Amino acid sequence: MQISMTINGTEVTREIEPRVLLVHFIRDDLRLTGTHWGCDTTNCGTCVVLMDGQPVKSCTVLAAMADGHTITTVEGLANGATLDPVQQGFMEEHGLQCGFCTPGMMLTARALLDHNPHPEPLEIREAISGQICRCTGYATIVRSIQWAAAHPAGATAETTEDEVHA
Amino acid sequence: MQIPAPFDYVRASSVDNALALLDRHGPESRVVAGGHSLLPMMKLRLARPDWLIDINDLYELDYLLVDGPVLRIGAMTRHTTLLESDDVRRLFPIITDAERVIADPIVRNRGTIGGSLCQADPAEDLSTVCHVLEAVAVVRGPNGERMLSMADFHRGPYETAVAQNELLIEVRIPIRARSASAYEKVERRVGDWAVAAAGASVTLAAVGTISHVAVGLTAVGLDRNVTEVEAVLVGQAPGEELFALAGRLAALACDPLADQRGPIDYKRHLADELTRRVLRVACSRAAASVFDLTLQEG
Repeated sequence: MQISMTINGTEVTREIEPRVLLVHFIRDDLRLTGTHWGCDTTNCGTCVVLMDGQPVKSCTVLAAMADGHTITTVEGLANGATLDPVQQGFMEEHGLQCGFCTPGMMLTARALLDHNPHPEPLEIREAISGQICRCTGYATIVRSIQWAAAHPAGATAETTEDEVHA
Repeated sequence: MQIPAPFDYVRASSVDNALALLDRHGPESRVVAGGHSLLPMMKLRLARPDWLIDINDLYELDYLLVDGPVLRIGAMTRHTTLLESDDVRRLFPIITDAERVIADPIVRNRGTIGGSLCQADPAEDLSTVCHVLEAVAVVRGPNGERMLSMADFHRGPYETAVAQNELLIEVRIPIRARSASAYEKVERRVGDWAVAAAGASVTLAAVGTISHVAVGLTAVGLDRNVTEVEAVLVGQAPGEELFALAGRLAALACDPLADQRGPIDYKRHLADELTRRVLRVACSRAAASVFDLTLQEG
């Protein structure tokens, strides 16, 4: 069957088998390998992408079900050379070690901040509770998302502001 | 790598179209809503439909409507919508309590109330919630609609009264004055099925005694309300001794299996303790709502 969707702002059309899962469509057909494929059982959340702005586990969505929808993967977070504040937060606050869970974590963080720009630490923990990180103990991930909430325009604007105050 | 067996896929454009597709493709066709129960079963090849009929475009079934004495919930209403609804929290806090602990926030973006009830997993929280709230399932088929009580709708583990050529389209929950409800679950971690859970709905009479009560249990082998507690609670003033008695009756009424989530005596203990807790919370919420009502009237 033929499907079309907007992925990271680009319209794509492909011929697929109906049983292809969205995660494999993204990784194998589109070669966007930033989306990771982990447990395959809806538990770990490393395959999270945004579907019409909402985080979904792409191992449990058929590519066919995304036909006509808008998908954002980790490759779509940055705006050109400018990283999303969430990506900057993960750098600033050391929100990753091995990096395997990071794409899913960052997309959930982006959706959370779009919905709730000033989340409490508990709300952040709740938002990422369907995702597993085996390195950080989550503390630095929570701090990374807090950093992004505190810097909605990212580090560039913050640096400029600091320079002004200096 | 878990990949479903081959199937053909079609998207329904309306309820009538979905019914026509079910009719055309016959017993080997299955409806997919959020897909978070059916797709994992297909990936494990526990389900192998020839045709998958996707009803995610049926936005007409995604609604929450307070309609006189009834809350009407469209079958395609997502868990997240139920969790975030102020009407639901005010009228049926048991739903909000349950939704907070159903799967995880990302799964809740996709899963639907209709899918959950039709999956009828023995550990499904919303089945218990709908039993406790005496919900009515509206099922549409080629010959029109029929209304089913939860006792008639929910036939047992993984089994409902929805025929192959029918679709659950709405859940109706009667709104009772001077009432409140609560749900509590024990789970090993976020996203896991319940070890055990309990729900209760309570109506208080003007004098403060319990005039109506329903208690349900999840994941402990009971596909009905714990009717044993009703006779001992109705007409009594809420209190710890009464809740303890109800808890003991619930523990006796359930029939749990030992599995990796715990042995039988532990699950009976949870049935007892959780029954006490949800009755305590539901009664205190009902008393608070009666107090609110008095203030408004005053």
